[in-house]
Amino acid sequence: MWVCWLLGVAVFVYCWQRISEATTWFFVWDAPRIANDIWTRATPPRWDYIAQLGRPVWDTLNIATLGTMIALCIAVPVAFMAARNTTPSRLFVRPIALLIIVSTRSINSLIWALLLIAIIGPGVFAGIIAIAIRSVGFCAKLLYEAIEEIDESQVEAITATGASRWQVMTYGIVPQILPAFAGIAVFRWDINIRESTVLGLVGAGGIGLQLQASLNVLAWPQVSLILLVILAAVVLGEWVSAKVRGAII
Amino acid sequence: MTTFAEGTLHTHRELDDMLGQRWRKPRFIKRPWLRWALGIGFIVYMIAAVLTVEVNWARVYEGLDRGAQFVLAFTSPDFTSRGGDIWDGMVESIIMTVAASVVGIAISIPIGLGAARNIAPLPVYLICRGIVAISRALQEIIVAILLVAIFGFGPLAGFLTLSFATIGFLSKLLAEDIEAMDRVQAEAIKASGASWMQWINYGVQPQVMPRLIGLSMYRIDINFRESAILGLVGAGGIGATLNTAFDRYEYDTAAAILILIIVIVMALEYLSGMIRARVQ
Repeated sequence: MWVCWLLGVAVFVYCWQRISEATTWFFVWDAPRIANDIWTRATPPRWDYIAQLGRPVWDTLNIATLGTMIALCIAVPVAFMAARNTTPSRLFVRPIALLIIVSTRSINSLIWALLLIAIIGPGVFAGIIAIAIRSVGFCAKLLYEAIEEIDESQVEAITATGASRWQVMTYGIVPQILPAFAGIAVFRWDINIRESTVLGLVGAGGIGLQLQASLNVLAWPQVSLILLVILAAVVLGEWVSAKVRGAII
Repeated sequence: MTTFAEGTLHTHRELDDMLGQRWRKPRFIKRPWLRWALGIGFIVYMIAAVLTVEVNWARVYEGLDRGAQFVLAFTSPDFTSRGGDIWDGMVESIIMTVAASVVGIAISIPIGLGAARNIAPLPVYLICRGIVAISRALQEIIVAILLVAIFGFGPLAGFLTLSFATIGFLSKLLAEDIEAMDRVQAEAIKASGASWMQWINYGVQPQVMPRLIGLSMYRIDINFRESAILGLVGAGGIGATLNTAFDRYEYDTAAAILILIIVIVMALEYLSGMIRARVQ
């Protein structure tokens, strides 16, 4: 036990040393002055700039919503293929579905955006696809866990009436996972609002583009206004999603 | 007798009403006006959204070639030609993850205690909840931009960003867990005349420890994933290497980095699953 603690402390100290080696400490000691400087430059926010933010906010909302839609369309079949009790083939299809889930989930949407911009060019469309790909794994994982937890007796009852495979699906399985599905959709939409606000930093449309542009020209009053707008959007998204989930459950 | 007969008559009548009709699936949203309003609003929004999204289809079509190249690159990832850069970036990412997780978890425990209403006095509660709210509302990447502007380029900014994000995530969940704990055990310890430290140590900590370990493992996993993008804004880690690889259209190197990220995330997930299974 003590050896474990010792090892842990040693690893941490080593990591800290590596970080400290790579740091220019002069800048760090200077940091309070710089922070103060940025703060005085950034306040007050340039309020009249907000007129130019309408379109980017609308784009951001679209990226999040359309991205979530596309993701759900892909996630549903993937989830059915990944769930142990509905998968067509446990040996071949399930591992593939699980691989899709893991690989899309472990890569951040900013990286997907970066990749898609290299492939299909900058713009809102790249953002939508990036959000969609990132969300597939998340939604499919939660959904397939919900499918695996369904009540088998209902499925059996439907099967016993002589229903076909698709009828079992629509009358036995889908009604049981519909609340979970709606909850997952709204939950992911909330996260996507957050993520789509920063996608513009790499050029994938939305309010992040304005943020990047303002940062590049060091227009700190604009930066602070954009940050406030992003904050408002995030809080609003969370509020809506909490309301909707409260209504479902 | 009569009331019983009336009762059966009543239910019979309802059944009779339903008898001639086909059975219909119960709707997911029961109130019709709400169903229609949501449906129509949704369709209107979708039309507006799709119309305003500008897609340069010619550019997308041109890009498909490159997309195919990239997918092909996954079959022949190139780990060697930029091996040194990849190795340095990965090591830096892992170091940032480890250091930030340790510091973040250490700080988030007192803040989590302070943010639980049933053990903290109101002023402390409000301050801690405020910290949690700020940390949760700001995305990692935005914090990273600000910290890079303040502290300069390098892993220190990334380390601070990840620690800050960890505090918001872990404190909130820890506080919720403490608020949901069993009061009786904590009270029993208090009744034995324990000091505040002893009370926390023997009354509260054993109840939340398994979940705290599980959440910490999960957060390490998230921190590693996030550390992969911090490099995009100059906060250290593999992100800078990845960005360069994309900019130079070196898809095989990019594919190698992505595969490494996926493998490490999978390994972390597997490890955290094992640890969580053991503590619970």
